[in-house]
Amino acid sequence: MNRDLSYAAVMGRKNEIMKQAIGIDYSVFESGSIAFDYERMMREAGYTLEEIQEIQSSTSVGNTPIIELRNLTALARKFAPKGKGARIFIKDEACNPSGSFKARRAANAVYHAKKHGYKGVIAATSGNYGAAVASQAAMRGLKCIIVQECYDSKMIGQPEILEKQRACEAYGAEVVQLSVGPELFYTFLTLLEDTGYFNASLYTPFGIAGVETLGYELAIQFREKVGKDPDKVVVTHAGGGNVTGTARGLIKAGAEGVEVVGASVDLSGLHMASDTDFNRKSFTTGHTGFGIPFATWPDRADVPRNAARPLRYLDRYVLVRQGEVFYMTEALSVLEGLERGPAGNTSLTAAFMLAQEMDEDQIIVVQETEYTGAGKHPLPQLSFAKKNGIEILFGNPDTEMPGKNIVFPEDPSMIKVRDFDLDKARTSYIKNCITNNKVSEVTKEDLEFLAADTKTDERFVLNILTELGVKVK
Amino acid sequence: MGAAKKGDWVQIHQVVFKPEERAPQVPEDTKRVALELWVKGYALHDAEAGQEVLVETVTGRKVKGELIEVNPRYTHDFGDFVPELLKIDKQLKEFLYGGADNE
Repeated sequence: MNRDLSYAAVMGRKNEIMKQAIGIDYSVFESGSIAFDYERMMREAGYTLEEIQEIQSSTSVGNTPIIELRNLTALARKFAPKGKGARIFIKDEACNPSGSFKARRAANAVYHAKKHGYKGVIAATSGNYGAAVASQAAMRGLKCIIVQECYDSKMIGQPEILEKQRACEAYGAEVVQLSVGPELFYTFLTLLEDTGYFNASLYTPFGIAGVETLGYELAIQFREKVGKDPDKVVVTHAGGGNVTGTARGLIKAGAEGVEVVGASVDLSGLHMASDTDFNRKSFTTGHTGFGIPFATWPDRADVPRNAARPLRYLDRYVLVRQGEVFYMTEALSVLEGLERGPAGNTSLTAAFMLAQEMDEDQIIVVQETEYTGAGKHPLPQLSFAKKNGIEILFGNPDTEMPGKNIVFPEDPSMIKVRDFDLDKARTSYIKNCITNNKVSEVTKEDLEFLAADTKTDERFVLNILTELGVKVK
Repeated sequence: MGAAKKGDWVQIHQVVFKPEERAPQVPEDTKRVALELWVKGYALHDAEAGQEVLVETVTGRKVKGELIEVNPRYTHDFGDFVPELLKIDKQLKEFLYGGADNE
């Protein structure tokens, strides 16, 4: 075989490679314009909730416990106005086989790969998803390759990503590690082409549907345990799959009234593809470097149509700071006796503050935790930050400058959530749809699609289109 | 470092793209450096450190690259102790339980 392996040639074969590696013909859901039939894609290319429950239970995924954080609730009430301070709960997703909620996404992807006769699976991920795919592949006897962005140009690895490498290798996977840069996708494509393995993308309909069981279980567990649905569910937001799947699961359980809040760590100012910035961040995911780009242009993912569409489901999006998340990670450990994280602790930080805005009889849930350990714990992350010249200090977290310092709150009253204006994100998304699809007018169908995809109405979309000088056919 | 014998478990290194071959959307600082790749496998022949060696990975792929290390260890750990965390722990307990007076 003498394939052209230049960057341009491989990227040019992208659609062909992906079709082989996912086995979904996305064109049947397309309208030929901006709109595509999202619900039909989720229905026909995915699995039903019942099927997923069966797939996941066959590899012991899901049915994780919910835990009430009584001491953290008591602490929040000390800083809340009288009568305020909702009960804070977490869903202990660390109990999944690979130690995070990502096992739910991986269970479906690996099951699907096996069913369709693929010999192995490949995933491009530096996070928990790699360990999850490797673990599921081990259970189902498939080969597994994980491609991760791990080192800077001096071969210094982010400690958390090094731990993910170890976990993947422990589950028997091959780990291909790369230095910083978006050309990771090139290597990923060449591996798919060479091996003929399945692309266990995070963003397929069945990957996202795998998270629906989380939202569904959560609603059922609260009805059984407390006799009602929670009032707010806080979801750490990065690529959008966690928000999308959880919200869809809540809706499938009939819990439409639950407010879905996304939370990310604010890493503004750090460039995600920069070799020098790479090791200056103390969070490898759950941050604005993924959260905002994936909300405002979800179809940037490794599939033609991303099944994770966070703006469809987010009611509110809040940002917290690195120093605050480390502070709350300590609180979870010393006040609740639970060593977890980092991922879920971003939404835990937001929940600690949001609880103080809510009545005492209300309920707020942090819908995930993850296993912690070497590389992932605050100690290795903070000492790594210090080695990279990041200053660690106590003060007002609002003064934190990502890449320069980490500011622990002087006391818990200084923990805040900063609302990210969702209308701003929605506007960017609509603009991106116009620019990236290179259209000067939109169809009626596009208009309806954009309203649904931004959780707004046609009037909101029309206002933006008018500003852009785009007409409806 | 050190030499590898045929059959040893080794880590190898490749340059995927030289700086001048990097993708157009890459930021300036990243464009100044190569895109590098590391993978592990069984050495298919003897080799010295820094020499090219062919390996077979756990999935059975044959990959060529510069020999970096034999039996590479995991280097991540719990880091140095960070005393600032003790201050946080102490403060959290004081806020919740009212400090030493209430013990």
